[in-house]
Amino acid sequence: MNQIINNKKIIDSSEWAVEARGLVKVFGDNRAVDGVDLNVRAGSIYGVLGPNGAGKTTTIRMLATLLKADAGSARIFGYDIVKEPQLVRQLIGVTGQYASVDESLSATENLIIFSRLLGLGRAEAKRKAMDLLEEFGLIEAAKRPLKNFSGGMRRRLDLAASLIAQPPLIFLDEPTTGLDPRTRNQMWDTIRKLINGGSTVLLTTQYLQEADELADRVAVIDHGKVVAEGTVNDLKESIGTSSLHLSIQNEQYMQDARLIVERMLNVQSAVSAEGGKITAPMADADKVTDLLITLKEAGIPLAELSVQKPTLDEVFLSITGSKENIADTTNKSSKVEELV
Amino acid sequence: MSSTIIKPAHERKLRGNSSFRQAVRNSLTMAYRGLLKIKRTPEQLFDVTLQPIIFTLMFTYIFGGAISGNVQNYLPVIIPGILVQTVITTSVVTGVQLREDMDKGVFDRFKSLPIARIAPLAGALLADTIRYTIATTLTFTMGYVMGYRPEGGIGFVILAGLLVIVCSWAISWIFAFLGVISRTASSVQGISMIVLFPLTFLSNAFVPADTMPNILQWFVKVNPISHLVTAVRDLTNNGTMGWDFTISLIGAAVIVAIFAPITVRAYMRRA
Repeated sequence: MNQIINNKKIIDSSEWAVEARGLVKVFGDNRAVDGVDLNVRAGSIYGVLGPNGAGKTTTIRMLATLLKADAGSARIFGYDIVKEPQLVRQLIGVTGQYASVDESLSATENLIIFSRLLGLGRAEAKRKAMDLLEEFGLIEAAKRPLKNFSGGMRRRLDLAASLIAQPPLIFLDEPTTGLDPRTRNQMWDTIRKLINGGSTVLLTTQYLQEADELADRVAVIDHGKVVAEGTVNDLKESIGTSSLHLSIQNEQYMQDARLIVERMLNVQSAVSAEGGKITAPMADADKVTDLLITLKEAGIPLAELSVQKPTLDEVFLSITGSKENIADTTNKSSKVEELV
Repeated sequence: MSSTIIKPAHERKLRGNSSFRQAVRNSLTMAYRGLLKIKRTPEQLFDVTLQPIIFTLMFTYIFGGAISGNVQNYLPVIIPGILVQTVITTSVVTGVQLREDMDKGVFDRFKSLPIARIAPLAGALLADTIRYTIATTLTFTMGYVMGYRPEGGIGFVILAGLLVIVCSWAISWIFAFLGVISRTASSVQGISMIVLFPLTFLSNAFVPADTMPNILQWFVKVNPISHLVTAVRDLTNNGTMGWDFTISLIGAAVIVAIFAPITVRAYMRRA
């Protein structure tokens, strides 16, 4: 009954690990995912970047066959996620935001059960479990119930469980959210090693820095839509390598100052939520000289001037140009800065 | 990990739909998981261990004298009744735990694995038979301690125990269905109890039906629980298998025939 499927079509598209077209998922009247396209090349790390509630997790859940898409289609290594889910599942490993392991069992028992489900024999499953526990530094905790595990240990076990079948594509949903800097760096090393072995990784993150560290390409998602796609460098260039922050002494000139900034730098600017601060991407530092002279001539005195490396805020600001994101992402970017 | 080279997707041999053998193997693994969970959290077994002991003691000494003149004469009536009531109540847990399980993160992993879709459901139902066995054994043991000596002999007592386990397993499909379609575990518990309470008490499990109003007598007669209780009494007290034995098994088969497909369908839609 176990027929072996020998499909020609996968050879043609073998270079693509993920091809998604117009994925849509609607919850009630909330369009959580609203026409997402993704192309992930096999053997690469692809980052999906966005704030909470942007639709990252929902997208991953659809690609991992956990959730049915309301519209659109996707292929994993050429296999359709709707028509051939059982084949897709043999090619993927999923590590969720929340631990997708059994809380009441020990680490060893968890891994043995998943191994058995994947068709390994009794002895083989045991060996596999031990190997993975050793690799992920969980040997000492192997027999303890998961209730006593730290967040980092749980995350590592979760990742270990995804690697039992050595799947060529691994989904990591916010693999480092809530981890301390040391554990986070360990996690990054682990993810890099996966790629050396030939895996493809699709990870979601709220942190630009994480995408910067790991991802070859990045898609920025906001309100269920891909608002930008490219390499991390592309993204940075699109928003300027740094951004310029200007505070002016007299708030009544705010509007004039903004117009001058936009004209001189030839970009979109934004006023921060705290007020009184103009933020604009700085693609060309040389133009700032002209800008400052123009402001002086216009009689607008400055209170403060600073240049900052891009944060997620600026990515969203420059890409979506909307102000509502600022408040939403300020907390996160400050967290990133703390971590750095 | 750096030493492991991942086999590229297009070089892999993939299996199409899961075979029956795989479904059985996966279900057994899931049942093993259920047993491990019981081992890890033995407090899960409070209901199946304490209920037989407490209920048997309570009902026997409360009703014994009033209904049968003395406790000794009441035991052959009450032990089969308590047995059926306890074991069937235990089957509610199947639905409650299934719902709790489906809400957990680990269920996502099961769904993302290339395993038979039915395995988590089948495994849960399978693992729960251990609970019925514990409850059955304890009820008979309690009865024995209190002086119950079934006329039918040990062979028929075991047969009666098996009959109750089989019927409870069949009934657990109803609660599994409720577990799959309900939104919360506590609502499964609530609904199940509302169904079970009248069903077990409006039967001949604890008292003879003769003194009840006509309408209740009619209900007691058609109540499948009554047939099961009578079947168990026939087996343990007389060592006979009558029409009630057959009708209990038929009833169990009908329940499975109806609820297994709709449960599986509802479950697949969600899984």
